[in-house]
Amino acid sequence: MSHQMEALALLNAKRRWRVWEIALWLVAIAAIFLLPSQLLILTEIVILALFAVSLDLILGYAGIVSLGHTAFFGLGAYAAGILARDYVTEPVTGLLFAGLVSGLFGLATSFLVLRGSDLTRLMTTFGVAMLLAEVGNQAAWLTGGADGLSGMSMGPILGLFEFDLWGRTGYVYCLVVLIALTYIARRIVNSPFGLSLMAIKRNPRRAAMLGISPKRRIVVVYAISAAYAGMAGALLAQTTNFVSPDVLAFHRSADVLLVLVIGGAGYLYGGIFGAIIFTLLRDWLSVATPQYWMFWIGLILVAIVMIGRERLTGWPALLAARLKGKTEEAAK
Amino acid sequence: MTALETRHLVKRFGGFTATHDVSLSIRKGARHALIGPNGAGKTTLINLFTGVFAPTSGQILLDGEDITALPAHARVARGLSRTFQINQLFGDFTTLESMMLAIGERKGHGRRFWRPLAADRDVAEEAVSTLERFRLADVMSCETKSLPYGKQRLLEIALAIAAQPKVLLLDEPAAGVPEEEREEVLAMVRALPADVTVVLIEHDMDLVFSFADRISVLAAGALFAEGTVEEIARDPQVKAIYLGEDA
Repeated sequence: MSHQMEALALLNAKRRWRVWEIALWLVAIAAIFLLPSQLLILTEIVILALFAVSLDLILGYAGIVSLGHTAFFGLGAYAAGILARDYVTEPVTGLLFAGLVSGLFGLATSFLVLRGSDLTRLMTTFGVAMLLAEVGNQAAWLTGGADGLSGMSMGPILGLFEFDLWGRTGYVYCLVVLIALTYIARRIVNSPFGLSLMAIKRNPRRAAMLGISPKRRIVVVYAISAAYAGMAGALLAQTTNFVSPDVLAFHRSADVLLVLVIGGAGYLYGGIFGAIIFTLLRDWLSVATPQYWMFWIGLILVAIVMIGRERLTGWPALLAARLKGKTEEAAK
Repeated sequence: MTALETRHLVKRFGGFTATHDVSLSIRKGARHALIGPNGAGKTTLINLFTGVFAPTSGQILLDGEDITALPAHARVARGLSRTFQINQLFGDFTTLESMMLAIGERKGHGRRFWRPLAADRDVAEEAVSTLERFRLADVMSCETKSLPYGKQRLLEIALAIAAQPKVLLLDEPAAGVPEEEREEVLAMVRALPADVTVVLIEHDMDLVFSFADRISVLAAGALFAEGTVEEIARDPQVKAIYLGEDA
């Protein structure tokens, strides 16, 4: 094989759709018919997954840590909620509006994450989310303040599909949005732009010496990530017809980070797998031990970080390698 | 014609003067070596050239244009490229990805976020031919962190060359390379295109004398002597401060 052909084969292999990716989406679609009574929790998972994919774009690809990512999620939820309450009840319009508002806010605040260490980034992102939460709380005339934003009723999607009582339309709607946005994110990370982000994460100084302006690239991906988070927030507002001030609460920023730690950052699907595991675990633990479920979540988090995800999820491979080693030893 | 020039360049870190009033002029196509004992300010000077640090005062000119205020990436776009004393690669990137990145960025493809990397056929072709030239094509699928040190070193140089620089700054290209891989790296340095101006920072005097046509000697941050290889080799003061303690 010529080097040229080898190179093309290598590059194409990276962006090829894997079997498990397709299987995941097929299972998610099949759930519409197979799990009709679970659609509300599945919707919750899809929304959290989109939120985590959004965080993965900056954390997993560009190496930007954030402890305030819910600022964009909450802003998107309020933007979609206010639009639906006062102006337009069509959900896709609201979704795009929320993405735009959060994206612009991301663009405006991106300068805060451009320089400095991880610690300063944690603090500035945390601060922005806190500021926004207080603004949401004080501007009761617009947001409903501590009571939350209510009184909206969503119209049919694109004027065609009415939301139903069982959450079926809501789930399909959220799933379609997640699939579309994951597809777009996949294109982005497999592009030359995506490669430059990964280079900036690994070695920003060296990246600059190849002519890359790390700042401009980070501004762009931060805005995209913010728009994604805003759309996730919009989905929550639209499927629940309510925006609680809790959308800007600190625990949401922490949860989404936890989701990414569970699922793994830097391959887009970590947010999706993490959201499934996190939500099911929380649901199960909160029923099994209503008083102590946070304890178990905490313990699991510590275990993941200390033991390492590779060893937790990769144990079949490790076991196989060890067995193989043993048989080889025995053969000698 | 001057490729790279500095005028009264000064860099202070707190009370310490790392670069002291350096006025240097490097002609186009030169093989110019910067030598000096440890702590003479060689790497600081490279960092000033490339925009890692801003100078306290003074000017830097590339091709007669003042680049003092430009950020690092803009200097690369104008034709100033460098390698690092310690390999600075992208960890788990493959050799091929690293090269695709370098060439794609030169062509300004880094802003393309929709077209797949694999669709950049012209970039891939150039990446492969550059890797072939540097004898790295056989390891194109390897993660760069797993390459032998000499190969990493070659990739460093290849990435810098991929930017098609007018001026290439080589910071100790042979440092840390095991003896058996050394000749391959040096051969590649000698084979750099003649129209590229090369500034070499080096401790190894054999390499300096065999490669350079002009030498600048730095001592305590200041330019101590400058001349042809013969002049520097003959200069008794240079011998005293530098060659004497080394030889």
